[in-house]
Amino acid sequence: MHPAFSVIAFTVCSGAGFGLYMLLVMAHVFGFVSLERSTILAGTMLAVFLISAGLIASTTHLANPKNAWRAFFRFRTSWLSREGVFAVLFYPFALLYLLGVYLSDTGSIGFFTKLMGLFGVMLSFATLFSQGMIYACLKTIKQWNTPLTPTNYILLAFATGALLLNLVLALYGHASLGMMGGITLGLIFIATVAKGIYYFWIRTPSASSINTATGFARGKVRLLDVGHTAGTFLTEEFGYKTPQGRINLFKVLVFVCGFFVPFLLTTFMVVGAEAAVFSALLAFLVAMVGISLERWLFFAEANHVVNLYHGMQRT
Amino acid sequence: MKLGLVVDLDVCVGCHACAVSCKQWNTSGTSGPLTDYAPYDEDPSGVWFNRVRHYEVGDFPNSKTVNMPMSCMHCEQADCVDVCPTGASYKRKEDGIVLIDQDKCMGCNYCSWACPYGARELDRDTGTMKKCTLCVDRIYDENLEEVDRQPSCVITCPAHARHFGDFDDPDSNVSTLVRERGGHQLMPELGYSPTNHYLPPRVVKPQQTAEKPKKSLMNSVKDWVNQSVAR
Repeated sequence: MHPAFSVIAFTVCSGAGFGLYMLLVMAHVFGFVSLERSTILAGTMLAVFLISAGLIASTTHLANPKNAWRAFFRFRTSWLSREGVFAVLFYPFALLYLLGVYLSDTGSIGFFTKLMGLFGVMLSFATLFSQGMIYACLKTIKQWNTPLTPTNYILLAFATGALLLNLVLALYGHASLGMMGGITLGLIFIATVAKGIYYFWIRTPSASSINTATGFARGKVRLLDVGHTAGTFLTEEFGYKTPQGRINLFKVLVFVCGFFVPFLLTTFMVVGAEAAVFSALLAFLVAMVGISLERWLFFAEANHVVNLYHGMQRT
Repeated sequence: MKLGLVVDLDVCVGCHACAVSCKQWNTSGTSGPLTDYAPYDEDPSGVWFNRVRHYEVGDFPNSKTVNMPMSCMHCEQADCVDVCPTGASYKRKEDGIVLIDQDKCMGCNYCSWACPYGARELDRDTGTMKKCTLCVDRIYDENLEEVDRQPSCVITCPAHARHFGDFDDPDSNVSTLVRERGGHQLMPELGYSPTNHYLPPRVVKPQQTAEKPKKSLMNSVKDWVNQSVAR
């Protein structure tokens, strides 16, 4: 599949934003990290900004954006529609929560504001799940058609969100990460394991081959002629090829930048018992590079069955 | 009704006439235009509803060239319709034809990802997805003579490799052909249950092909000398 920059930017940015929002609100409401009013306001606004930037980026890959408003009307069957609805429904709850925190003097909020914040958490989760299901529901792309796809989307959103929350805590002068240190390490660890399982899983061959595609199961089938002289929509959209060497290099980089370095830097902050702005910033930025590569690979490695008609023997 | 096509792979000669006539009819039809990009340039590209590909099946000498025209299969389980977020893609209840409302499509490409047969192509010019309509603007046109109320590709085919009819009727031409000739669907394992069927080539004895005569020793030496001298 052709990796579209807008979709990569959208999923990575909004993932970090939703992850930050969910962890921040849960930390605040359930009180496992002590947070001041200014920290919560800044963190929530940063999350909403990232989510909005992602949503705007996602509309740039539409060929006919003037009809984008219609995308909310097939909630019953389409995961893309569901994602849009959940993402938009998120805003009023997040803004009511933000308002509640803003109106409070010390950051201690009432039941209503807490409820609004938690509704926002649920909608964030639903959006991330739908985002993963957009890809996971496609039977045509074996590398996506697995429960691991939404799992990875959700876990990576939590991991990047946790790193971003650590950065916010450090910027607002928290002496230590407290509970967030351990939570971040745990989230990165689980995300690493899930991604590793995914990379092993997609190496297995799928049921479709050039034989099932053409219906000739008893002999070898070879492409003689694709029937077109220049590229078509199908070859541009689905025929994306990248050298295996680059894929392997990027996979190493995903694990080094996306998981290992942020894990190490967070460990330093936990062991050193201080929230250093430099470490937190570096951890977040390196993780974003790694997760962007991960998202690029997610598309570049996806092999659509239509490629079988263009001569590929298996997907 | 369940309207669809049967393609006879035994007689298809791979002339691309169906693809060309499809383009000609539909570019001025309900889903038109079928935009061409740089048609007189080095890399002419554009939107087609019907594409013909050519395969070799089996190993020499027991091999056969198979020409495979492919358009929308008008699947019973049309995932392209389910995934469409705007409702632009729809499947007609009355005859099972899958269509795209050009006024509603936002060009997100998602339906083309869900289609295993490559039937949907984005028109970069209009920014909307386009696909085979089974010539819906032709098969119901009462101004045409009854014999002409068929998809353009079917009427055009010079080898009579294409047949159009109702798969719900067990005695229709298409149902009979599929039953008698053992017609199959493409990629049935994905569960889309495509309406269009393909008839496999008839089993015939392999034709005797002439063996390449063995070279004499003298000729081998001559060839070797000639090659060496040329270098």
